[in-house]
Amino acid sequence: MSSHFLGNSVKLDNVYIASSGTTCGPLEFFGPLGSYFDKGYDDYHCGEKSFEKAERKMLREALDICLKREQLKLKDIDLYMGGDLLNQITTVNYLAREIPQPFIGIYGACSSFALSMAISSLLIEAGYVDKIVTLVSSHNATAERQYRYPVEYGVQKKATTTFTATGAVATLLTNQKTSVRVESITLGKVIDYNQNDPNDMGRAMAPAAYDTIITHFKDLKRSFKDYDLVVTGDLSTYGHKILKTMMQQNKIDVVHYDDCGCMLYDVHKQEVFQGGSGCACSALVTMGYLYPLLKEKKYKRILVVATGALLSPMLSAQKETIPCVAHAVSLEVVE
Amino acid sequence: MDRKEYDQLAEELKPNGHKISNAFHAFIYGGVIGIIAQGVLEFFMKTYKYSQKEATPLMIITLVFVACLLTGLGIYDNIAKHAGAGTFIPITGFANSMASSALDSKSEGLVLGIGSNMFKLGGTVLTYGIVSSSLLGVIRYVITLFR
Amino acid sequence: MNYIMAFLFSGFICFVAQLIYDNSKLTPGHITSLFVVIGSFLDLFHVYDKLVEIFHAGALIPITSFGHSLMHGAMAATKEYGIFGVAMGMFDLTAAGIIAAILFSFLVAMIFKPKS
Repeated sequence: MSSHFLGNSVKLDNVYIASSGTTCGPLEFFGPLGSYFDKGYDDYHCGEKSFEKAERKMLREALDICLKREQLKLKDIDLYMGGDLLNQITTVNYLAREIPQPFIGIYGACSSFALSMAISSLLIEAGYVDKIVTLVSSHNATAERQYRYPVEYGVQKKATTTFTATGAVATLLTNQKTSVRVESITLGKVIDYNQNDPNDMGRAMAPAAYDTIITHFKDLKRSFKDYDLVVTGDLSTYGHKILKTMMQQNKIDVVHYDDCGCMLYDVHKQEVFQGGSGCACSALVTMGYLYPLLKEKKYKRILVVATGALLSPMLSAQKETIPCVAHAVSLEVVE
Repeated sequence: MDRKEYDQLAEELKPNGHKISNAFHAFIYGGVIGIIAQGVLEFFMKTYKYSQKEATPLMIITLVFVACLLTGLGIYDNIAKHAGAGTFIPITGFANSMASSALDSKSEGLVLGIGSNMFKLGGTVLTYGIVSSSLLGVIRYVITLFR
Repeated sequence: MNYIMAFLFSGFICFVAQLIYDNSKLTPGHITSLFVVIGSFLDLFHVYDKLVEIFHAGALIPITSFGHSLMHGAMAATKEYGIFGVAMGMFDLTAAGIIAAILFSFLVAMIFKPKS
């Protein structure tokens, strides 16, 4: 086993994806990728008393589906790692009460999926653990309550708004060979480009995505052409345009580039403004839709760059600008 | 790319939204609420033989009730999506801000939820209405002393 | 005729507020607070009373009228209580609206469940 540290990236030899579980909410289920998810709910309460309980239920279901696929029990996994959007990452922490194994909570805002995958990959590559399950979730109502307004408040959303995806994804990573592996990771720097509009996340996060992608390409001496698909997590329509323009202005040829926030929903038919956001956005599209495509060998190698806006409503009220980050994981078919 | 160049780039690509149609909708919805308010006002004036001044509180209570009910039924925010300022400027907007905050915090219980959060959005209107009226009221009173 | 005047004034105030909302980073909370202060100010020289005479409910329904009512109640009570009247009378006209909002909000919170 040999890992290669290259700048901010690491090439991996021994990390594989064994299984996943995906659950989603109504809009995601009725979106273009709805049929790819394991379970969909048709309302935001999921039969629970509060939205927060509903989000935990969705995550628990995703975890159960992921483990059942490999006939594993909770105790068969060495370590669990996860994050969500809520203060004190309550969804994963309170769910972890039900898990009789060590748990690491991480916060990367909407980049939590790639962040948890990257850290988990490093732990497995280094040989400290054999099996890790990563857990991420987000829920439209819990995010709105915390970051914006009460759900029944009559406010007209701005055109640059994105729609927090409702869903949960559990992913099993292992050092046992399977058909898809995590080939390399790049951990991102926190970038603040003086953006202070919490209703315009795409614009705030695009510079971070740009930085991480450029770093990844530089470290690994690659370009867009070395991937069948490069996706950003949730820059959505506006942010996607900005990133593409930034690349083109720097003479970088952009091919095979899309954004999970634009793929998860039909932005013209569904009321999602610029598209999706939230931890679940990048996770659902990657594990629900792209991972099966890799297993079927329709794609050989993809790069997932999950973007996160690390803002706090309190600090936005104090007129602070928004720091953002993007983490990248490259998934590849095993020959 | 430096921050200034980035801002320029981002501004050029910014999605437009529908400012003209929003302004038009706000005018229409706001105007319609004005018509409804007038209807309710005249109803109370005729039925109870009240003057406009006496019927006003009753009209306000009625509209506040309707706004709260529509908030509870989940209809108010659907109207507000199209109406924009047409629904947040009338007193119905104030009622909706209170009802929606209270309803939203239901899961935290009576005191820590509903009770503590009811004025989360409406509080600022009360605060500045009272502060400004206190200041201006004192100024006005002092002016009358010198008349 | 009253209905037309009500429509025009109420619509106009909402129109102006919408322009501010779409062309600035101010939230509805900022704009309503601003308008309530404007309503108080317009009552300083009894301007708002005239608007109510002309536009009837059109002037009574926007949040500006809340500022006007606070001011009106305050000033009316100064006639009897001097400067203390500002505090004593401020809620005279607005009491019904505030109480209704609190009571009905509470009932809504007890009876309904938030959707999304």
